[in-house]
Amino acid sequence: MAVSSPVDGRAAKPLISLRAQRRLGRIAGYAAMILLCVAIGAPLFWMAIGAFKARQEITTFPPIWWPEALRWTSWRDVENAWVNFREAWDAAPFERFYVNSLIITLIGMTLELINATLSAYALAFLRFPHKNLVFILILAALMVPAQVTVLPNYIFLGKTMPELGLPNWVNTYQGIILPGAAVAYGTFLLRQAFLGLPREVLDAAKVDGAGHMRTLWDMVLPMARPVLVTFALISMVAKWNDYLWPLIVTNEERMRPITVGIAKFFDNEGNTNWGVVMAGTIFVIAPLLVVYLWAQRHIIEGITAGATKG
Amino acid sequence: MLESSPISATAAQESTRPAVKGRTGARRAARSESLLFLLFVAPNLILFGIFTYWPLIYSGYLSLVRWDMISPTKTWVGLGNYTYLLSDSAFRTVLKNTFIFTGGAVGGSLFLGLLIALLLNQPLRMRDGARAVVFAPTLLSGAAISIVWVYIFDPRYGLMRQVLDPFGIPSPTWLRDTTWAMIAVIIVYIWKNVGFAAVIFLAGLQTIPKDLYEAAKVDGAGAFNRFRNVTLPMLSPISFFLLVTSILNTFQAFDIIQVMTEGGPVDATNTLIYYTYEQGFVAFNAGRAAAASLILFVIMLTVTLIQLRYAERRVHYGG
Repeated sequence: MAVSSPVDGRAAKPLISLRAQRRLGRIAGYAAMILLCVAIGAPLFWMAIGAFKARQEITTFPPIWWPEALRWTSWRDVENAWVNFREAWDAAPFERFYVNSLIITLIGMTLELINATLSAYALAFLRFPHKNLVFILILAALMVPAQVTVLPNYIFLGKTMPELGLPNWVNTYQGIILPGAAVAYGTFLLRQAFLGLPREVLDAAKVDGAGHMRTLWDMVLPMARPVLVTFALISMVAKWNDYLWPLIVTNEERMRPITVGIAKFFDNEGNTNWGVVMAGTIFVIAPLLVVYLWAQRHIIEGITAGATKG
Repeated sequence: MLESSPISATAAQESTRPAVKGRTGARRAARSESLLFLLFVAPNLILFGIFTYWPLIYSGYLSLVRWDMISPTKTWVGLGNYTYLLSDSAFRTVLKNTFIFTGGAVGGSLFLGLLIALLLNQPLRMRDGARAVVFAPTLLSGAAISIVWVYIFDPRYGLMRQVLDPFGIPSPTWLRDTTWAMIAVIIVYIWKNVGFAAVIFLAGLQTIPKDLYEAAKVDGAGAFNRFRNVTLPMLSPISFFLLVTSILNTFQAFDIIQVMTEGGPVDATNTLIYYTYEQGFVAFNAGRAAAASLILFVIMLTVTLIQLRYAERRVHYGG
């Protein structure tokens, strides 16, 4: 670690004063922090400037750090800067990808929230003879990884269901969404949160004759709001970024979410037309970056709380 | 973890009290509560049944047949798929790749994550901003970000060539080279996931009581000894948690490999999860894919069970 400590070398006579040492340590700390942010941020910067580079600017070495399209001197320049974005938008049905991703993300997240809330409420507050068995059945699903289920699920939706006289769910929204709509970890998180709610308030509601639906809706949900928001955000990010299952269960371009869409777009454009490809990747990443800028603290604190307490 | 809720416990006590008058009423109430319980957990349980547990069982069956996913008949081969895989040299390469990838990615992200956490635990201004930057890649689409990295690794015009240039190192051909391709996907994995480890380590560092450091200082321990004798032991539960979750996550790293290398060149980055996908959806070999996926499942289950056992012991000793 680059941060030196003032206690070092107390036995030997210090060559420099303690204050100077402390200042040096602080400078080293800031230098390391800047280096860190550059290392993590560089790929994103590279993507961003790449999206504005003309073809001849892509194929130069050493690279151009500030493309011509971003040297704005007139309003015309600002308008012309977006050629790569326009070309990408025209080369693949990105508006369709956005609609698909929005539908999959919003419905998927809502279903996860409903599932997790109902299960967590039942596990926390309702009596049932075999409650532990149900809890274990839900939690154990965490141990079954996606790669075990994708092949049988694909066969089930695309082959077994039609054979049973049911509709074929390959290339449908329900086919993309439903296999991922059950929640294990979120149920666990919410149950913990519900159990931590002040019991007097809930008991008071019970005495007042409030039914379970009312207790859930009027008391538990408002009180557990921070956890619900965190869970919703994490679920949303996961749904938006999901790749393996949508890749398998869609084979028509019009049904693809944007993550699968961009990968196929990259396959078609190949390793040369980088400006347009980078513009396409920005289409995928931009919405999440906006959400992150807005809810950064919530997401990070939610994740650390889940990990350190769970 | 499995204790029943305080509310239902008191309620249960009340209901066992001999209430001569309201017994049938209480029984009816208990039954309706059980019904409500079932109603509430039904969506989750039904979905898990159809899309998680049934597929697991069906995978077990599929792993015992040969089937191209099109023909109406499946040929029973018993353990043939497993014996084929375990004696196949290509599959052994896949296993070896999986362990190299997991080792490199997990080791790298935990080591660097700890360093970053130690840095961001210092009283520096803007450290929350730096934490936000470091964590950002975790949330970005692996598919999209992998495409950016293919551009970065372009040996002629990529950013990586520029990074190596000042040191006089010529750029390797990265994704076309059987050695460098694995290093490239590990770098990308670490870049994307180091923020998670850093943020968790940082939270762990902040829970270490300050007086432990003070006491160590009084005893004359230098910075390094304080790190070794206070920080590291206090972090060990969280390190273990991170180790296990990172191992499980790297086993499932699919998008980076699929987009960047498709397991190549010549299988150099083909890991178990990619192999499963390839056998199932490229070669249409359902039996072999199912067998490979179950081998991965057993490995992951073992890791999880080790964790559960360790966590249990920790609770026991801690309590």
